[in-house]
Amino acid sequence: MKILAASALASIQDSGRLGYRSMGVGRNGAMDSWSLQAGNALIKNELNEPAIEISLGNLTIEFEEDVSFCLTGALYEAYLDDKRIPCYWRINAKANQTLKLVRPLQGMYTYLCVHGGFDIEPVLESTSTNTKAGFGGFEGRYLKADDTLNVKVASHLPVIGVARLTPTQMIRVIKSSEYECFTAASQEAFETQAWKLQTNSNRMGYRLAGESALEFAEPVEMSSHGVDIGMIQVPPQGQPIVLMADGQTTGGYPKIATVINADIGMMAQIRFGKACQFTLVGLEQALHEQQKRHHYIKQIKEYADEN
Amino acid sequence: MEIQWQICSETNLALFFPKPVTLDKQRQCWALADIIKKMPEVIEVVIGMNTLSVFTVSLTLTELRNVEQALSELLNDMPSKTIEGKHVEIPVHYGGKYGPDLAAMSNDLNLSVEDVVNLHTEATYTVYFIGFQPGFPYLGGLSESLYFPRHAIPRTQVPAGSVGIGGEQTGVYPFESPGGWQLLGQTDTSLFDLTKDSPTLLNAGDTLKFTAIDIHE
Repeated sequence: MKILAASALASIQDSGRLGYRSMGVGRNGAMDSWSLQAGNALIKNELNEPAIEISLGNLTIEFEEDVSFCLTGALYEAYLDDKRIPCYWRINAKANQTLKLVRPLQGMYTYLCVHGGFDIEPVLESTSTNTKAGFGGFEGRYLKADDTLNVKVASHLPVIGVARLTPTQMIRVIKSSEYECFTAASQEAFETQAWKLQTNSNRMGYRLAGESALEFAEPVEMSSHGVDIGMIQVPPQGQPIVLMADGQTTGGYPKIATVINADIGMMAQIRFGKACQFTLVGLEQALHEQQKRHHYIKQIKEYADEN
Repeated sequence: MEIQWQICSETNLALFFPKPVTLDKQRQCWALADIIKKMPEVIEVVIGMNTLSVFTVSLTLTELRNVEQALSELLNDMPSKTIEGKHVEIPVHYGGKYGPDLAAMSNDLNLSVEDVVNLHTEATYTVYFIGFQPGFPYLGGLSESLYFPRHAIPRTQVPAGSVGIGGEQTGVYPFESPGGWQLLGQTDTSLFDLTKDSPTLLNAGDTLKFTAIDIHE
């Protein structure tokens, strides 16, 4: 398939690159990995198959073969030729048809999965794009007009649709190692106030701003240590940064909390200027919620496999 | 001071050695990482500055507590590992547009710009670990007179090759990225190259010296 026009940020992502953090090479991968998995399950792929992740703006693609595809994650206004198509549905396109993604109506990151997957050579065992260092995915960069992606197999699957997870701005977190370093008032403010997503946020980190800044009981200057997606760092000015998929492998700012794995996708889908709120939960609940997400993916997989 | 593992997420446990940062503690981190990497539940171990961060597969609460217990037992008989690495010199343009924080930092430290550069180039550094971004070396051995806190608000763009100081650490940004370190200068040396057998120029245990190509006020 060929990209005809791209004003959206679109990159190839799978569920991420593991095992190279000792070289400073981070995870990358889908911002909302639950939506990526939902798409792959619906289209009968392995859950880790790479997809095109699209955020903000438009993307026009011409299919060069018959392809079954689906769109998951953020709801996009999308057209196959002139016909409006829904997200979370398996759709069939014929060669020479055009898919036009106009704009996201809700959420930030959409996944275009194709049955059989794209023919992408893994780099360091993953097809995810590291745009900072310029490797992986499609030439290590965001897609642009005239790029051609090869789809591994031509396909035509029965048309079915599935339910999506209900988006929420209430993000559940667990305490992290420096939680106790914050004043009691700040621990309370962390959970009670609204945190607005700043426009200088990106795939590396979500910068938040709240009415009152978070304060340390005493100054904390930490050594750099391993960090991961979902961890919430608090620089001295007191406005938190949530590390996202392109987050660095190590960091030195104290961490107040970590977004639970089940809610990383919900966090990723929050839009610039919109607010989220944090709720502390225990480790046991965090793991339980993760199991519920796995169950959701399994249900899609079973339904898709039967049809 | 007693040290213990802390659970930071469903799949992450961290260990912080008490300050000050020393090479001896780092050698214990290197040794512990070798042992922990072999545990079946562990995907990877990230060595930090006198810290370790362990990433596990998806676990139940009981399994996670068991891993925590197994890790804690390792602390009773702390091993140590010495690495004989290579020596590398990295030429740096100091100050001016290359090191936008050099002048202000010198001022705050009551040192001349030349003093800061001399202190930074005199020391032989040890690579404690590679982290943050591909090939970024975290260096131990910074002169105490140059310890300096990170920026309260991290920059959204630090240019590739920037040489900086963060607290008691110094290092080089191989790629453009956001970052909170104080920027002293910039190097043209490439620190990460996927076409090479070992993509990172430096590895833990290597030693390094900075040399000044020029100094800008």
